[in-house]
Amino acid sequence: MLEHSHWSAKWKRTLLLALTLVIAVLPAGCGGIDEAEPPEGLPDEAIEVTNVILASTTSTEDSGLFGELVPAFRDAYPQYRIDVVAVGTGQALEIGRAKDADVLLVHAREAEEEFVADGYGIERRDVMYNDFIILGPEADPAGIAGGDDAIAALTAIADGGHTFISRGDDSGTHKKELSLWEAAGIETGPATDDWYLSIGQGMGDTLTMTSEIEAYTLADRGTYLSMRERLELTIAVEGDERLFNPYGVIVVTDATNLEGAQAFADWIVSAAGQAVIEAFGVDTFGEPLFVPNAK
Amino acid sequence: MQVFVEAVFTAFTLLVQGSPELWNVIYVTFQVAVASTLAGVALGAPMGFMMGATRFRGRRTMIALTNTGMAVPPVVIGLVVMMFLSRRGPLGFLGLLYSVDAMSIAQTLISTPIIAGLTAAAVSSVPFKLRLQARSLGASRLQEALLALKEARLGVLAAVAAGFGAVVRGVGAVMMVGGNIEGQTRVLTTAIVQEARKGDFGLALALGLILMLITFTMNGFLTWYQHSNERFERG
Repeated sequence: MLEHSHWSAKWKRTLLLALTLVIAVLPAGCGGIDEAEPPEGLPDEAIEVTNVILASTTSTEDSGLFGELVPAFRDAYPQYRIDVVAVGTGQALEIGRAKDADVLLVHAREAEEEFVADGYGIERRDVMYNDFIILGPEADPAGIAGGDDAIAALTAIADGGHTFISRGDDSGTHKKELSLWEAAGIETGPATDDWYLSIGQGMGDTLTMTSEIEAYTLADRGTYLSMRERLELTIAVEGDERLFNPYGVIVVTDATNLEGAQAFADWIVSAAGQAVIEAFGVDTFGEPLFVPNAK
Repeated sequence: MQVFVEAVFTAFTLLVQGSPELWNVIYVTFQVAVASTLAGVALGAPMGFMMGATRFRGRRTMIALTNTGMAVPPVVIGLVVMMFLSRRGPLGFLGLLYSVDAMSIAQTLISTPIIAGLTAAAVSSVPFKLRLQARSLGASRLQEALLALKEARLGVLAAVAAGFGAVVRGVGAVMMVGGNIEGQTRVLTTAIVQEARKGDFGLALALGLILMLITFTMNGFLTWYQHSNERFERG
C-alpha cells in the first residue's frame, strides 16, 4: 500500500512536469507561426516558415536599408524569415566560414572574392554601391573642403598633422581607408603619428567622436546622412572614383537554409529587389543612399 | 576545442613577446582600474561605514540608492558621463572626453556604490556590544569607527576586491567615454570587443585570459595581505 502510493505520487509529479512542458512549449510553437504574418491576399493556411540568417555589416544595418528590404522580401517569399546579424565585415565573413550564417551582404570586394575562391561561398554577385566621403570640421584646418581628390586631401591632412580618426576595426570602411593611405604613399599608424587615432569602433561611434574632437574621418554617405543632424561635420571631399563602395551578395556553401539563402540572393539582384534599393532613402534624405548595379 | 588551446598559447606568446601595444593596453587597464578603485574606496568606504554603523535620517533611502547604484548598467553611466563631458555638455570646457581621466571618472561612479554597499554590510555585522565596550573603555568616536572597520576587515577587503573586479572587467562605460583609441585609451575589455568584432576570436579569448590573470594576481595579493595580517596578530 505504502509502495503503491509512493509510485502514484511519482507518476503524478511526472505528469505534472510533462503538462508544464507542453504548456510552456505550445505558445512558443504557435508564436513561430504567428510571427510569419502571411501577407494579405495569400491563402490563410499555415505556411511553414524557416529562418534565413543574413550576416551583414553594422553600417548597412545602421542605414536602415533592412527595414525596407526584409519586409519586401517577406511579401515575395512568405516561407522565409530573414534574421539580420549586423557585425563588422571581418566577423561577417568569419561567421560565414563557420556556416553560422546562410547568406552574406558585405562590402569588401577582395575579401569576398577570396571567400568564394576558398570555397566558403557559392558565388559573389554585385548588388549595389554607395560611396565614401571625407568629413571634417566646418573650420577645415587642412583646407581640403570642396575637393574631389581623396589622395590630395589625405596628403594635406597628414602633412599638416591634423587629427584623423580611423575606424581601425577591419571593416570595409577601414580597409578602404587603408587602401587610400597606401595609394597616397603615406605610411601611417598610431605608433608613428599622434594625429592618427585608431579606435576600433563602428561608423556611428566614429562619427560622434570625429564631431566631438573636431577631426577628419572617412565615412560612408548613408551613415553620415542618417546622423547629419546630430553632427558638427561637413563633407570635405566627395565624388572621387576611388571612394566607390560596392556591395556583394554571397550564398554560403552548404548553408543550413540553402534554399532560403538562394531565394534571397536571387531576389535582391532581381528587378523587384533592385527597385527597393533604388527607392530607399529618397523620402528621408531626398536622395537614394545606394545605387543598384546588379547585372 | 582547438581554438581554446590556441588561445592559451596565444596569451602566453603575447605576454612573453611583450609587444609595446599590449603592454600599453595592460598599463592603461591598470591605471584606470587602480585609480577608480582607490577613488571608490575614498568615497565608498566612509559612506558604507555611515550606513552600516550609524543611524541617521534618510539612512534607509541612502541604502536603497546605493543598492540601486550597484545595479545601474555601466553603459548608462558611460552615457551620462559622456553627455556631461561632451563639447556641448556642461563640463565640455574641461576637454576630458576620450581620455584616461574620463574613463577613471566613469569607473569610479561604478566602483563607489559597490564598495559602499558591501562595506555597509560588512560593518553592520560587527557586534554592537563590542563597540559599546570600546566606548565604555573610553574610545573616541574615531577609535570606535576604526575598531569596527578593523573587525569587519574581511568584508571590507571583499568590498575592495569586488570594486576592483567591477572596474577591471567593465566595458560599456570605458568604450563610450574612452573611445578605445589605440595607444591612448584602449583597455583589455575594449580590445576584446574589437577583436571579436573583427572575427579574431582566438586573440579576443587570449586577451580575456590575460585579463583573468590580472584579476587573479590582484586577488591573490589581497588574500596574501589579509593572511599576513592575521599571522601578525597571532604571533
